[in-house]
Parts: sequence; structure tokens; C-alpha cells
Amino acid sequence: MNAASRLMPVAATTAVFLLGFLVCSLTFPNFASLRVVMNLFTDNAFLGIVAVGMTFVIISGGIDLSVGSVIGFTTVFLAIAIERWGVPPLVAFALVLVICALFGAAMGAAIEYFELPPFIVTLAGMFLARGASFLMSTESIPITADLYSHLADHALRLPGGARLTVPAMIMILVVLGGMVLLHLTRFGANVYALGGSRVSTALMGVNVTRTTIRIYMLSAGLAGLSGIVFSLYTSSGYSLSGVGVELDAIAAVVIGGTLLSGGYGFVFGTFVGVLIQGLIQTYISFDGSLSSWWAKIATGLLLFAFIGFQQATLRLARRSRRHATGGAHA
Amino acid sequence: MVPISSPHDDAPAAPPSGAPLLELTGFSKSFAGFKALDQVELTLRAGEAHALLGENGAGKSTLIKCMTGVVHRDAGRLSLDGVEIAPRSAEEAVKAGIATVYQEVNLAPNLSVAQNLFLGRQPTRFGLVREGEMRRRATAVLAEFDLDLDVAAPLERYSVAVQHIVAIARAVDQSARVLILDEPTASLDAHEVEILFAVLRKLKARGIGIVFVTHFLDQVYAICERITVLRNGRLAGSATTAELPRLDLVRMMLGRELAQATAPAERAPLAAREVAGAREAAFATFENYGKAGYVAPFDLALRPGHVVGLAGLLGSGRTETTRLIFGAAHADSGTATVDGARVALASPAEALHLGFGYCPEERKTEGIVAELTVRENIVLALQARRGVTRPLSRREQDEIAAKFIRLLDIRPPDPERPIGLLSGGNQQKALLARWLATQPRLLILDEPTRGIDVGAHAEIIALIRRLCAQGMALLVVSSELEEIVTYADEVIVLRDRAHVARLTGDDITVPGILAAIAEADPAQPPPAAAGRAA
Repeated sequence: MNAASRLMPVAATTAVFLLGFLVCSLTFPNFASLRVVMNLFTDNAFLGIVAVGMTFVIISGGIDLSVGSVIGFTTVFLAIAIERWGVPPLVAFALVLVICALFGAAMGAAIEYFELPPFIVTLAGMFLARGASFLMSTESIPITADLYSHLADHALRLPGGARLTVPAMIMILVVLGGMVLLHLTRFGANVYALGGSRVSTALMGVNVTRTTIRIYMLSAGLAGLSGIVFSLYTSSGYSLSGVGVELDAIAAVVIGGTLLSGGYGFVFGTFVGVLIQGLIQTYISFDGSLSSWWAKIATGLLLFAFIGFQQATLRLARRSRRHATGGAHA
Repeated sequence: MVPISSPHDDAPAAPPSGAPLLELTGFSKSFAGFKALDQVELTLRAGEAHALLGENGAGKSTLIKCMTGVVHRDAGRLSLDGVEIAPRSAEEAVKAGIATVYQEVNLAPNLSVAQNLFLGRQPTRFGLVREGEMRRRATAVLAEFDLDLDVAAPLERYSVAVQHIVAIARAVDQSARVLILDEPTASLDAHEVEILFAVLRKLKARGIGIVFVTHFLDQVYAICERITVLRNGRLAGSATTAELPRLDLVRMMLGRELAQATAPAERAPLAAREVAGAREAAFATFENYGKAGYVAPFDLALRPGHVVGLAGLLGSGRTETTRLIFGAAHADSGTATVDGARVALASPAEALHLGFGYCPEERKTEGIVAELTVRENIVLALQARRGVTRPLSRREQDEIAAKFIRLLDIRPPDPERPIGLLSGGNQQKALLARWLATQPRLLILDEPTRGIDVGAHAEIIALIRRLCAQGMALLVVSSELEEIVTYADEVIVLRDRAHVARLTGDDITVPGILAAIAEADPAQPPPAAAGRAA
């Protein structure tokens, strides 16, 4: 009964996605195809990757507002490193991932050692990363390296003209890896414990500082990976890329059934949350006459609906718990 | 509430003898010159439950924190099995074999029972938690505690009692030799306490030493072999449960001698007061009023010019009673009437409109607003009662403040001084002034003389008498029994969250109250003796 109420938000998200997909399929004759689904994956790969990191952060009871800026920083850094400094792309990838992870570690350390709220620390991180990318370049820099055109062309060909692109593959790997890390490791259990009760987690002997630093390292590192994917997708680096992505990621996490106050949630739910946002975009582009800002409005409405739904299930769960006290027999 | 197994049928066996398991000697700790602990010692034997008792501020928490390394002691030795240990953190204490379970269950409620048992030491293979193995082990561990849970279910699904047992199981499974339980039963009902005690008995049989901190004396006699009492940071005494009858225990805790009777002359002539007010009809009555798990249903009548005192040990339900009456907590049984009409008392605001005033115990956190001036603090409640639409003019405020500063002799007599800068006694007077400004019919005072100097004590007591002479009804919570007997027309004694005795007239004496707190009816043998007989 309780396992069911726990899975309910994810189930609801999945149901909404399937329903939405059905509506789209009935509206547009060519919609229901593997090709559309694969495009959905490719177009939202960068969001999916960064949202997995955000899931860890939010389940632990924190928030990371810096990820959008980190994506922007990554694309600019890659463009400059590859095009101006002549760094081989793969080396540039490794370099930027290390930089991003260290940046996340620094934010996590600041949160822990100075006992600052994550909101403020990552807000500062957001300005820092965005400022740094503007400092490097204010213009969009095209990336012409061979690897980029090669990776852009490379794809797993599926029936019906569908293509599983490299960004989509990376996202799927990140989602699967995130599931394993969150649900099957000690680190994952610590993340949940932190979100459940920080004080208790410390009293249970978990190294809270180390866990927090790792969580923000993971989030920033995945933001860096997302930036790499974004630069592959656009073949350029631009200091304004990724603006507002942190909010899309938070929305995906919440729509995916993760409690904003921490302690509950699944990577899979976040994945579906990303797909729902992508689906709304796809609907609008299929329709052709709608303003793309409708996507934001629809996302906003969905967020409201899901938050209301979560509160309702929480209250129900609490009530049923109150009625079913005990459960022990000595 | 069903009484917890009484000492009579559940007398502890003779305390285990032999080498001490845990021995602490000469524990001292000062905080900024204040001696929180002074040469305290305690000896715990294997398989023994040892009650650590004392009133608020006696030093129990500090002692536990010093034992577990959370706080660094100034002096003292700690040895486990004859080997001296010096844990510097709770983690180190656990590793050494001393585990603590707090009143608040310190587990992650959203994680599964199994994860809670093994968090940080889950069985893994290639970095992945072996979920099946962990659940199997969790089930095995809990089986030792006669607990059959779905270990994959989140912990929060289970009652607080079960969560406590899981916390204990976690502690014991981490090779604890000594288990410290800090008020584990505060939030449990009678049945749950029984479940917990069954577990504790099992642990005792396994040779684990238990330090048990509680306010419930019944439970001490039900489960503990030995008692150590702290008072004002010093060892007040230590004895086996069988050797220490309840009355002696209470006396040890409160530090009073029965012989120290109050001088009858101190009491205002009862007859005179009765003429003044006691014969007047009660304006507020409470019938069968209570809240499950908070305070057992009670009857209470409040009369103009009449002082009702609430006496009992810490945690006995005194403050809870006042909070119910003031609407800060909500009764789930019984009725309250004011002037013959039923009232809901759903909020302090409603109580305020009925003419109730409340001076809380925690003056610093619940009462004064330290940054505001004396004048602002005094007019606070009156303004709240008038509502935002009818603000008090500055002139009215000045008049009220000046009047009460003069009347109560608040020093320094400067209405514009931030109240945080005043002494404790003067803060208390300003707080009283706040309520007096609203001209309440009933004033509830929770520990009005706590933490203020002796001179201010006398003034506050004189004030209480004057107020009641003016026809105000007063309900006063106090641990100072000598004070209560000087002003109360009626004393209600509380124990274990229930009103257990009502003393009036000449029955109001310090020994009488003490006896009621300890439940030592002279007609019956003391509990310990009965325990031995049974």
C-alpha cells in the first residue's frame, strides 16, 4: 500500500506522458512513430542529463541554480579551447568536466563549511559561471572540429528512418547510471537520508559533508556533460546558451514526482518529466500556428497540477498512517 | 491512559552485581563559569537498567553528552570493562560500544527499515548494495526484538514506538555494550511503552547495560534496578530501586526535606480570602477536559480572586494543562465553559478575547520580544486584543507603560529601553504588565519566579496576592512548593500527565504536595516494600 503511494507520482507522470502522446498522435497523423520519439530524445538530451543531477540535489534537500550557467560556460570554454587554443576535442571534454566537477565541489563545500543555504550558494555560482563565459566571449563561436561533424552524423539507425543520436545515447546512459547510483549504492541511500533528516543522518554516522560535496560535484559535472552535448547539438559555443535551463530541470524533476522538500523521488520520474516538456514543444512545432511560449504556459500549468497532486497524496498518506499506527507485535 | 505496569507486579529483580561495565568518576563540566556538572559519578553493571533522574537543569543531558563525547568534559574518567576510553564524538562512542537513542528518533523516516538499520554499513558487492542480503539481515536483527516488519517499507510507515525499537536495534547491532536512552518514552502511549520495555528486558538479559533517562517514575520502578539522581549538576544520590521508596526519590530530586514544613503564618488568612472571593461562583469551568497523549481529562473550576496552583515534576503535564486552557493546544475531550456558555478555545486569540492572559515558562523564547522597548512589550497584548483597526495612540501607550512601571516597580523605570537589557526579574514584571494591561479575568503564570533573583521572587509573590485580592483568577504553575503553599487556595498535583490530587485549605502543605507527587499514601506501604513482598 505504501510502496504504491510512493510510486504514485511517477505513475501519474508516466500516465500524463502517455496520454499526451496519445492526444498528439490523434491530432497529427504522422506523430506516432519511433522517429518522433527518437527526435524527442535527441532534442532534450541536454535537459535530461542535467535533470538527473538536479534529481540528486533536490532529493538531498538542496537546489542547484547554477547548472544553466555551467552549460553556457562549458559551450564557450569548448569553443575557445578547440577553435582558438587548438586543444583536441576529447581532451577539452575531459578538461571541462574536471573544471565543472571542481566548481560543484566548491559550491558543496561552501554550503557545508559556511552553513549557507544551497539556494544562495548556487545563485552565486550561477552568476559566476555566466560571468566567466561572458568574459571569455560574448559572441557565438562555431566549432568546426572534425569530431563534431563526425559525432553529429553518427547515429544508430533504427527502423522507420529513426536515428538514435550520440546525445540521445549519452542521455540514456546517464539516466541508467543515475538510477543505479541513486537506488543501488550507499551513496544513493545517503542522498535520500540527507533529504529525510539531515541531523539524523549525521547522528547515524554518515559523513554529511562528504556526501553534500559529492552531490553538487555530480550535479555540476552532469551540467558540464550536458554542455558538451549542447555544443554537439548546436556545433557552437555561446555564452547565452543554457539560460533558464536550471528552471526547466527543476520543473522536470518536480513534474517527475520528486518532492521539492527532499527525501522522495526517482530518476525515472525525472526522465519522464523531461519527455513531457519535450512533448509539449513537439506539439507546438507540429501545430505550427501556436506561439512557442505556449510551451512555458503548459509547463507552468503542469507544475501547478503536479505540486497540488503531490500535496494531496502526501496528506492522504499521512492520514492513512495515522489510522494505521502500531504494526508491531511484541 | 492505562497505567503502565505498576511496580507491584513487575518488581525488578535484585540488581546484578559483579564488575562494573561502565564506570565514570569525577565528571565535571563548566559552561562560562557555570558548573553544569560537578564531580558526578555513575557505575553501570552489565545487564542493569540504570535510571538517571533529575529536574530540568540538573545536568542529565550534559552528563550524557560528556559520556558520548559530544561535549568535552573538563575532568573525569570513563572506563568500559575496566579500560579507560575517551570518545571524542558520537561516532567514536558508538565504535567504543556506547550508543545513544534520543527522544527524537534519529533515523531517516523516508528510507526503508532495512536501510535505516544498515545506513553507512550496507552489505555491498562491486559498490552496489546487496538489497536482498540487507533485507535478510534486517529481518534477522529485528526478529531478535520480536519485531516482524516489512523491512523494505519506509520507516515512517511504523509507529514511533517501532521506530524507537529500530533505532535501538541499529545501536545494539553496532556492537553496543552500553545503551543510553534519553527519554525514549516521552512520546509513547502505555501499550507502546510495554513493547519497548519487553525489548529492554531482552537486552538486559543479553548483558547490555542501559542508562535510562526519563521523567516517569512509574517506568523507573518498572524497569530499572538502580537509580542515580542529579541535582544542580551534583550527585544527589544513588541507590538500588528497592532501597529507594518513591517519596525518598522525589525528595532527592526536588532536594527538600519533609521536616521542612512551611510556617503557617506565611499563609494569608484563609477565612479572609474566602470572604473576598472564593465563594464567588466559578466563571470558567473545565469538565473532563483533556487531550489524548497530552494531558488526561481533568476537571477544573476557576473563580475570581482564587489562586489555583499546579504542582508536579517536570513533564508531569503542568505546562500542557495551561496550554490547553489558553487554547495553544486543542482538547479532544470534555467541555469548557466561560460564564456558563460553552467555548471552543480553539486559539490563543479566542482565549484572549475571553479575558485570559498567559505568561509562558520560556520567558526568553515565548514571552518577551528582546529588541522591542519595555513600552512596546507592555502594550503588545492589549494592542493584539484591540485589533489592528484600533491602534493605541502613542499617548495611551506612554500612559499605560508609565502606570505599570510605577505599579510593578520595573527598574530602570525607562519605558524606551530595549527589554532584553533588563534583568530577569524586571523582564518578568514587564511580561506581567503586558497581561495586566489587558485587565484579564484569568491570568495563567507558568513558573513566574524561575530564573529571577530572590528579591524579585518576593515581589512577584506579593503581586500575585494583590492581583487575587482585586478579584482576578490565577492559575500558577510552580516548582517552588514553598511558594505555592503561600498563595494557592487550591493545589492540583499532576503526575504522568494526569491530575492526580486536589488539595485545598489546610491540606496545602509542602509535605502534602510532595506525598501526592510521589503517590505515597501513608495508608499504604511504600511501593518498594510492596515490590519486595510481591
